[in-house]
Amino acid sequence: MDLLISLVINGLATGMLIFLLAAGLTLIFGLMDVLNFAHGGLFVWGAYTGVFTYAYTESFLIGIVVAILTGILFGFIMEKLIITPVYGNHVQQILITLGFMLVLQEMIKVAFGPNAIPVSVPTYLAGSWEIGEVIVIKYRVFIIIVGFIIFGIFHYILTRTKIGLIVRAGVMNKEMVQALGINIKRVFLFVFMTGASLAALGGMLMAPYSGSIYAEMGMEFAILGFIVVVIGGMGSFSGSLLAAILVGLAGSFMAYYVPFLSLAVNMILMAIVLIFRPQGLFSMIRREST
Amino acid sequence: MQNLLKLHNIHTHIGQYHILQGIDFEAKEGEVSVLLGRNGAGKTTTLKTIMGLTPASNGSVHFFNQDITKKATYDIANLGIGYVPEDQGIFGQLTVEENLKVAIRKETPEVMEKLEYILELFPDLKKFWKKAGGNLSGGQKQMLAMARAFVNDSKLLLIDEPSKGLAPIVIEKVMEAIVEMKKQSTIVLVEQNFLMASNIGDTYTLIDDGRTVHRGAMSDLIQNEELKQKYLGIG
Repeated sequence: MDLLISLVINGLATGMLIFLLAAGLTLIFGLMDVLNFAHGGLFVWGAYTGVFTYAYTESFLIGIVVAILTGILFGFIMEKLIITPVYGNHVQQILITLGFMLVLQEMIKVAFGPNAIPVSVPTYLAGSWEIGEVIVIKYRVFIIIVGFIIFGIFHYILTRTKIGLIVRAGVMNKEMVQALGINIKRVFLFVFMTGASLAALGGMLMAPYSGSIYAEMGMEFAILGFIVVVIGGMGSFSGSLLAAILVGLAGSFMAYYVPFLSLAVNMILMAIVLIFRPQGLFSMIRREST
Repeated sequence: MQNLLKLHNIHTHIGQYHILQGIDFEAKEGEVSVLLGRNGAGKTTTLKTIMGLTPASNGSVHFFNQDITKKATYDIANLGIGYVPEDQGIFGQLTVEENLKVAIRKETPEVMEKLEYILELFPDLKKFWKKAGGNLSGGQKQMLAMARAFVNDSKLLLIDEPSKGLAPIVIEKVMEAIVEMKKQSTIVLVEQNFLMASNIGDTYTLIDDGRTVHRGAMSDLIQNEELKQKYLGIG
């Protein structure tokens, strides 16, 4: 039983980190119809700026704030310079965002050096609790709680506020949203910056979890993010959470019980979903032809 | 009566296709102006061009004497033009309430009063207030689409084929609603159902192959069997 709980906590924590990356991706794809392969670059930039701030100020919280601000700033620059010229053209989007991903990755090496940087868990989040026979690592619980809080906040915004309604309506039918007098481009920018900040936050939270950061981690996690978006359904925020938890738990359990399949488990999950439900588990997109 | 909307020699391209090749059209304040023509004549594209969704490549669109040809869709909507597309454009996973909330620009007392009036006009919307738009019947979706376009201070409503796919009894209700809405807004209607169009239209514009071929009072068209036969295949 103690093993089961440990595996669940581990899987949930990994799932939450992937969720932070996938949440932005799914909204960006769902609303803006943009395939952003540079999303992992925002994740890694969030990790580096946050970790360096954390090291400099010795405040993990300030590190998190700086990571989020980095995401917002990079998101703004990226949407204006990289994404705006390629709206509506998936091939160009893939090429330019993949290229920009590499630029972001290499810029990390230029700015922070090519070697992996060790990151420690802040003292107040280090260690573990022993509950009976179960050892619960504090930082993993912290990630799970932050993940659920972020989900709660965004779920509230998406379902209870006007801007959330507009975003959800935009995912379903952009043309109609514009015809109702809403400047969809401004909404695009808002969503892109929000998605970028979530990715950067994910990167920063990932750093102490994995123990070190390196330039290529963005690409590795972005692939998991895309798998989660496909499983959860394009444009579905809740779908992303469930799919991320599913991927996290599957990875955790497979790594323990069937280690040789642990790398393939995400692909297998995605293949199963694509065969039986190609639109994903909770797709919100239903583009109406006009 | 003043010209509220005026299209002059409109040409519109969609990709490589030259869809509109010279549309002239006027809508006078307080009237129902009907765009008539066969399938593929360019009626829907005309409405989309007015809304800026398929911008004109040549010609001009004036609304209250203001040139709106190159304006963005959201700017055009904010000038007071409501649009009901052919497929109704309902946000299927949002409730009736949420569909209307997205449309309401500012919750002023006037708009909220108008919302009350709309819910009296379309009682089904009140009845299914919390129901997802995608689960409404065809007629209810049409009513929701019209309510959404009408709820703000829309001086002009562009309604594309409101009778499409609806049962005769529902068409009658939609017609009654349009007649009621006419009291507050000017209406441009695209309609294949000539019976409905002739019942509520004040003027007509016949479009064929992307060009305006005839305009006049609806009462004249009703009498003109030759025109109806030639351009609408009826009579």
